Amino acid sequence: MAYSEKVIDHYENPRNVGALDKDDGAVGTGLVGAPACGDVMKLQIKVSAEGIIEDAKFKTFGCGSAIASSSLVTEWVKGKTLDEAAAIKNTDIAHELALPPVKIHCSVLAEDAIKAAIADYKKKSG
Amino acid sequence: MNTAVTKSCPTLTRPKGAPVYLDYQATTPCDPRVVEVMLPWFTEKFGNPHSRNHLYGWEAEEAVEKAREQVAAIIGADSKEIIFTSGATESNNLAIKGVAHFYKDKRNHIVTVVTEHKCVLDTCRHLEQEGFSVTYLPVKTDGLVDMAELEAAITDKTVIVSVMGVNNEIGVVQPLAEIGALCRAKGAFFHTDCAQAVGKIPLDVNAMNIDLMSISGHKIYGPKGIGALYVRRRPRIRLVPLINGGGQERGMRSGTLATPLCVGFGEACAIAQAEMGTEAERLRRLRDRLLGGLKQRLAEIYVNGDLDHRVPGNLNISFAFVEGEGLMMGVKQLAVSSGSACTSASLEPSYVLRALGLDAEMAHTSLRFGMGRFTTDEDIDFAIDHIVEAVEHLRSMSPLWDMHLEGVDIKSIEWAEH
Repeated sequence: MAYSEKVIDHYENPRNVGALDKDDGAVGTGLVGAPACGDVMKLQIKVSAEGIIEDAKFKTFGCGSAIASSSLVTEWVKGKTLDEAAAIKNTDIAHELALPPVKIHCSVLAEDAIKAAIADYKKKSG
Repeated sequence: MNTAVTKSCPTLTRPKGAPVYLDYQATTPCDPRVVEVMLPWFTEKFGNPHSRNHLYGWEAEEAVEKAREQVAAIIGADSKEIIFTSGATESNNLAIKGVAHFYKDKRNHIVTVVTEHKCVLDTCRHLEQEGFSVTYLPVKTDGLVDMAELEAAITDKTVIVSVMGVNNEIGVVQPLAEIGALCRAKGAFFHTDCAQAVGKIPLDVNAMNIDLMSISGHKIYGPKGIGALYVRRRPRIRLVPLINGGGQERGMRSGTLATPLCVGFGEACAIAQAEMGTEAERLRRLRDRLLGGLKQRLAEIYVNGDLDHRVPGNLNISFAFVEGEGLMMGVKQLAVSSGSACTSASLEPSYVLRALGLDAEMAHTSLRFGMGRFTTDEDIDFAIDHIVEAVEHLRSMSPLWDMHLEGVDIKSIEWAEH
């Protein structure tokens, strides 16, 4: 299967790989997917006092499209409010990366990861 | 009869920038020695081998019959027992459907194994729809058939037992002689798909009590588009043909034979037979070099399938915490295949690896390496460096690797399977 140039770019030069301190109250962590399905994404966001996502990091176990989808969303969520980040749709991710139909689930997982990270942050900040 | 292979093994130069080919279980390049003997049969010697009235036909027939003898020789058969087909898929279809249909009034049960090639499994599924009953035997964790289970599965209604010689994904060698003896004692015909076995391990249809054997040309440095089915003559095995027509190939497979392909296939068999011993030794050394090099530099890698009962040119390795398709993308300077079938339309991991009892997560992390006649030490050293680099890179961004380093058992986590 041929990958799009954008997938290859994110795979070869992933943005924002790493981890934030999950015990920090300003950090929300989302862990989605399952090893048995071949994809696991961990997405972390750091939220400022003003409610803006000021940093994002990811680690992903998965195919090139899964890695690219998570790398892309870390770029997209930075500088956004929680509501703006929650509005990112998997179709936007799939479109941007030109994912083939068989890889759409990677973009769904990336959307789930954002929502999970936001939910975790909101739970922690009460 | 076997022609003397006088020319030594040539080298093949890879086009600049092309990946190192480590997928010899998928297919092999035609050996230049094979191509050389094929060429005249495309042009000046173009006759129909079934033409009985002139020189063009006679010389083509002679060439085809020589090829038939070369194919027979590598498996210890008589040339009259070799039927040329389009490849191993057709041979497997012809063997299983042909026997099942011919003997259906007496026996209607088939025994095969869950790790067989899709063309055997799909053929059996098709026969089930026609009313035959099929037993799909599991394999042990090493990939081998359990002889006690096989014995228990064969009944007085079993017409044919189909067990492959060498598995295409994990390279394990089934105990053909034992299976053959058991089938003979039980009165069932024994068919074996030896597409991956011929030319790699010694085979003897008589010593192993094999009744039908499928062979492929392109897996042994011969041309694509040709294979053979061995059909035992004593005692005689009868088949209903898949293809009807002029009655060529003793009525079992009509159609004009492709003389150049037959000639190339025969030559490929002759070369493989002559060089099998030294080639196996060389491939085992390359295999050990690859596995040793990877193990020295990477933790948490596991060989899938038994390493001792295995053809020397195959390795199937799970790189824990790294997804196979992602890894293939990382090793783009290598042509390998992934046991994680994300590469195909389905997202299911390899059914062969699952049949070994491998967890889905481990099946998702596997790559298959196939070494062959033109693989060099340099290729292996390049592969080791490239794989190590890619695995380390992907582990550095794998959340599962982090958990492993922190001592978290990923099985203890409740994952939301999607």
